[in-house]
Amino acid sequence: MLDYQVFLQQLITGLSNGMIIALIAIGYTMVYGIIELINFAHGDVFMLGAFLALTLLGALGMEAWGPTGQVFGVLLMLIGSAVFCGGLNWSLDRLAYRALRKSSKLSLLVSAIGCSFVCMNLGLFWGGVPMKVFADGNSAAAPKDFPAIIPQINLLGDGFLRITPADLLVFAVTIPLMVALTFMVKRTRLGRAMRAVAQDPTAASLMGIPVDRVIGATFFIGGALGGFASVIYSLYNNTIGFQMGTRAGLDAFTAAVLGGIGSLPGAVLGGLTIGCVRSMSDQYLETRWTNTIVFCILVLILIFRPSGLLGSNRREKV
Amino acid sequence: MSESLLEVRELHAGYGSIEVLRGISLHVAAGEIVSLIGSNGAGKSTTLMSISQVVEPWRGDVRFRGESIIGLRPDEVIRRGLVQVPEGRRVFPRMTVLENLTIGAFLRDDAAEIAQDLHKVYELFSVLKDRSSQYAGTLSGGEQQMLAIGRALMSKPRLLMMDEPSMGIAPILVTRIFSAIRQLNSEGLTVLLVEQNARAALGLSTRGYVLETGSVGFGGPSSELLSDPRIRSAYLGE
Repeated sequence: MLDYQVFLQQLITGLSNGMIIALIAIGYTMVYGIIELINFAHGDVFMLGAFLALTLLGALGMEAWGPTGQVFGVLLMLIGSAVFCGGLNWSLDRLAYRALRKSSKLSLLVSAIGCSFVCMNLGLFWGGVPMKVFADGNSAAAPKDFPAIIPQINLLGDGFLRITPADLLVFAVTIPLMVALTFMVKRTRLGRAMRAVAQDPTAASLMGIPVDRVIGATFFIGGALGGFASVIYSLYNNTIGFQMGTRAGLDAFTAAVLGGIGSLPGAVLGGLTIGCVRSMSDQYLETRWTNTIVFCILVLILIFRPSGLLGSNRREKV
Repeated sequence: MSESLLEVRELHAGYGSIEVLRGISLHVAAGEIVSLIGSNGAGKSTTLMSISQVVEPWRGDVRFRGESIIGLRPDEVIRRGLVQVPEGRRVFPRMTVLENLTIGAFLRDDAAEIAQDLHKVYELFSVLKDRSSQYAGTLSGGEQQMLAIGRALMSKPRLLMMDEPSMGIAPILVTRIFSAIRQLNSEGLTVLLVEQNARAALGLSTRGYVLETGSVGFGGPSSELLSDPRIRSAYLGE
């Protein structure tokens, strides 16, 4: 392979993974935007979405379905995991965070770390379910193979780059979701209410906006995006495990901070950047340095530009 | 007081273990402008917040149009027509003027009437029309106050509670805002006006109450309060 061929190939991988990271990062940034909480459980909610997808795949025997059936199967997993992760994230807010609205931000943060542990352990138990897709539950903690039901062919034939249907799937799912989300936030009644609550919850409640319900809706939407991300992640990378939420979560969190926490376009830009940094580091440095590089980015951003690339720290006139 | 639109009886409220309101009683009849004056920390804003049910009252009763509204959610209070313009304006800075006004009509779904009310707000404060696509955070203090009032009007209030509408605003705009309040009142809106600027508030209102550290010291027709020696020395600086 030629040098620039390798580079372009890594770019494709980086952008695909970056879009997935971006979708997870949006979940962090939306929740942070509205209640200033880093929802540490978000990555683990994402992980449980992948487990649900694998369970559906195994229980319905999707591997044996024909090509048309598998398209349907992918849709089913996407919707199932989105609803599941949205509902789970909503429940975390309802059960663990809502009671702490008026407490210090630190209590909320500690509570989120606790939720992260609970979800991670649920994943560990889930991995021990005696199903064929979980290796009959013999080793709960071991990574699970996620069957590649998307064919691993090169759509460009023997072209000098390799683009697979899985690459296309990533973009076909993430781009419409991001467009729909932007429209929702900018143009709809719920979107306006979300922005109003983010800017001034007391004033929002004085305008009749049911603040807790709007926050709940934000958790649901953020969680659902994590659910979509979990399915495409699984189909793209073909391995899942109960600890995958930690790394994906930290990548996405770094992406959200890099782009400017609270900013939706920032989360996308940050996600694509982290995705590409990862794939370039894997290729040109060494895989074992990749996490280090990502965390150096996080530390540097927090020190030198805490508002991120697209975040604003301009003050409003009062 | 059967004709009272709003009646507050022996209201107690506070934050944590600190009692701020120690038995507030007042009433506002339909069509009135009633002012509530008092110095900093007397509990004026807490009174409005606990009437709006944003701050949960400890004891006492708040009746609006004859029914107790204690324990309702803030949005249910607004649906009944009891709306507040909060202290410090609190417009949504990173939303446009038009979006702020649209948020005011959040609980309504009568699109045709909302459009009419928007037109009325633009007539009352034409500057809001000129700046409708500008971010609210870029407006001057006086313009933000107009926006805050306009936003509250969009929710179709029967009684509008205004918390310090003159605070931090150029005198010329204060005059403009107070004349708008008078105009709205003449069109049938009942107003409860909380002010530190006692002279301006009593000049506008029919009756007034004086709030002193958590309870109503005394009240009466505004003209009498303006000539009351206690008020002249404590609040009018004479």
